[in-house]
Amino acid sequence: MGGFSYEELQAILVMQGFAGLSLFSVLLLMALGLAIIFGQMGVINMAHGEFMAVGAYTTYMLSTITETYVPGFMNYYFVFSIIAAFLVAGVIGYFLEFSLIRHLYKRPLDTLLATWGVSLIMQQIFRSVFGAREVSPTLPEWLMGSYQPTDTIDIPLNGLFVLGLTAFVTGAVFYLMFKSRWGLRVRATTQNRLMSGAVGINTKMVDRLTFALGCGIAGIAGAAFTTIASTGPTTGSLYIVDTFMVVVFGGAASLFGTIASAFSIAQAQSIMEFFLSGSMAKVLTLLTIVVILMLRPEGLFSIKIRK
Amino acid sequence: MTFFYDKLLGGKQGAIGLAIIALLILVVFPLTLDLFRLNLVGKYLTYAFVAVSLVLLWGYGGILSLGQGIFFGLGGYGMAMFLKLEASDPESTKIQSTPGIPDFMDWNQITELPWFWVPFESFGFTLLAILTIPALFAFIIGFAMFKRRVSGVYFAIITQAIALILTVLIVGQQGYTGGINGITDLRTLNGWDIRDDSSKYILYFINAFLLLGCVLVGRYVLTSKFGRLLLAMRDKEDRVRFSGYDVSNFKIFVFCLAAMMSAIGGAMFTLQVGFMSPSFVGIVPSIEMVIFAAVGGRMSLIGAIYGTLLVNYGKTVFSESFPEVWLFLMGGLFIAVVMFFPNGLAGIYEKYSKRLFSCLRNGGDCGRRVTARILSFRTKSRATDDRRTGEAA
Repeated sequence: MGGFSYEELQAILVMQGFAGLSLFSVLLLMALGLAIIFGQMGVINMAHGEFMAVGAYTTYMLSTITETYVPGFMNYYFVFSIIAAFLVAGVIGYFLEFSLIRHLYKRPLDTLLATWGVSLIMQQIFRSVFGAREVSPTLPEWLMGSYQPTDTIDIPLNGLFVLGLTAFVTGAVFYLMFKSRWGLRVRATTQNRLMSGAVGINTKMVDRLTFALGCGIAGIAGAAFTTIASTGPTTGSLYIVDTFMVVVFGGAASLFGTIASAFSIAQAQSIMEFFLSGSMAKVLTLLTIVVILMLRPEGLFSIKIRK
Repeated sequence: MTFFYDKLLGGKQGAIGLAIIALLILVVFPLTLDLFRLNLVGKYLTYAFVAVSLVLLWGYGGILSLGQGIFFGLGGYGMAMFLKLEASDPESTKIQSTPGIPDFMDWNQITELPWFWVPFESFGFTLLAILTIPALFAFIIGFAMFKRRVSGVYFAIITQAIALILTVLIVGQQGYTGGINGITDLRTLNGWDIRDDSSKYILYFINAFLLLGCVLVGRYVLTSKFGRLLLAMRDKEDRVRFSGYDVSNFKIFVFCLAAMMSAIGGAMFTLQVGFMSPSFVGIVPSIEMVIFAAVGGRMSLIGAIYGTLLVNYGKTVFSESFPEVWLFLMGGLFIAVVMFFPNGLAGIYEKYSKRLFSCLRNGGDCGRRVTARILSFRTKSRATDDRRTGEAA
């Protein structure tokens, strides 16, 4: 192992593993929203990455406003900006479903094209409003710095925060989908739309709220993303293919599969990144997924339902 | 003769459509446009190969491939590799530390021609490779996916991922592929300078004839029994399967055919534009080519050519003068085509041409009839309005 001592190698493994965990958090936050929309509703939302960018830009805006008008509030604004990112992205998603998506439920391939158009328009809006340069919000102080358990290991605090946020959001989504009345309605609608309508579930409203929830979670992903990297107009589109691969690889209808696949993809990529160049790591990861998907098209975890 | 007329030209309607597009491409454009614009049109027409292939694949087969850029790129890179090797003979590259290899390899400290570049020194092999490698690649992808009944959005996403993989690979392996800049500075084809004016005209016409040839092949495929099966598969795949047909084989065939057409387009692109780069391989060009086909009409081979020309014309005009408006328009185009004109320009033409032709034949009283229709519509709507207000009162 090229001149590294055992201890150094261990430290590299821990830090690289943690870098993988950060990537895992962002991928999972993105993929959760997509898994809800794609897995539960069968809608391909190519503009999902742009909803993430909406969340990131919302955070940036709040940071700028706080910094200019109430500098004393800088330590707390981030918590509010996460909520704001969720709401803004969710509301835009709600209107998108109402104006566009609901007309295309029977034509999934066309939804793909239409939402690609939406993503182009949103990218141009970002570019016109915020400029083509990448921006990043001023982070509160408690997010900066790092945690050092030993001399050689160095774990950034923002990564830890994002990890915690991801755990919280994932828990909330699981509670919402599997323990609440609303989740019951969503799952009922997925399994049998006609029957759900017949027992009095407003399936159209369920669709709209599910879509809005998925977009809102993408907004949270965007807020989390700002702590790790800066945001540009095309940031979202960089992640969209990876995110789709996460969802498809995990098995579209299984939230648990999404977590497992986000974890394995992120870890594989960040560990390979250390030994190979970044682009080759990405090529190998994606190639492995594609080959596995060719052998097992239903993904890692599939729910057996009668079609 | 009737075989030729019915199968290739598609009867009277098809023959007229083909004659008009041939007239436009072969006579009108070369006579009216200067060489720069004509070269631009030639470039657009290479995209039309992909759009035509998407009509077969997506319009009739119902298989949306978001990775046609892969095959366009493979064809283009095949041609570019041959041209690059010819351009980097030991004489003109003698200032390099290793003469006789392409310049970007020398910049990346590669001292020997990689093994997969060696066969591209032969023109015959290159032509063969341009046709067979994309088809073979499509066969592997298609065999793996269609045999396992992967279709619809899954197929679209996976082809998109493959397009991404290929782009990242090309950009990452700079020494072997020329990286993000692509393969540039191509000069001659078997000693024939491809950059001077006369060769540009010749290449344009070769390109145009090949494109029309692809349309004829597409016509032939679609009017045969295979074309019927393709449509049947798109609409009710299970029924075709239960009738005893092996659906996956048909899908693999049409996917390979589409790949081959796209690759020809890619090779012609390299010849006419003089370079090839990963920006014509990835996700964005692949999906843009889908919109060319969609604008022209996903069910019309000739419509796809018009769609390609029109969208690219718009792109050139707007990105020259208002670059920021163009993305809005492009995005709007995606949405509008899907929501309001699923059959594109060809659909609109078909809807209105019949009415137009019939009233022309009746002696030019179209105007009066349209007015009459508007009047009758207005009275009708006024009547409903009256009823509504009556109810409200």
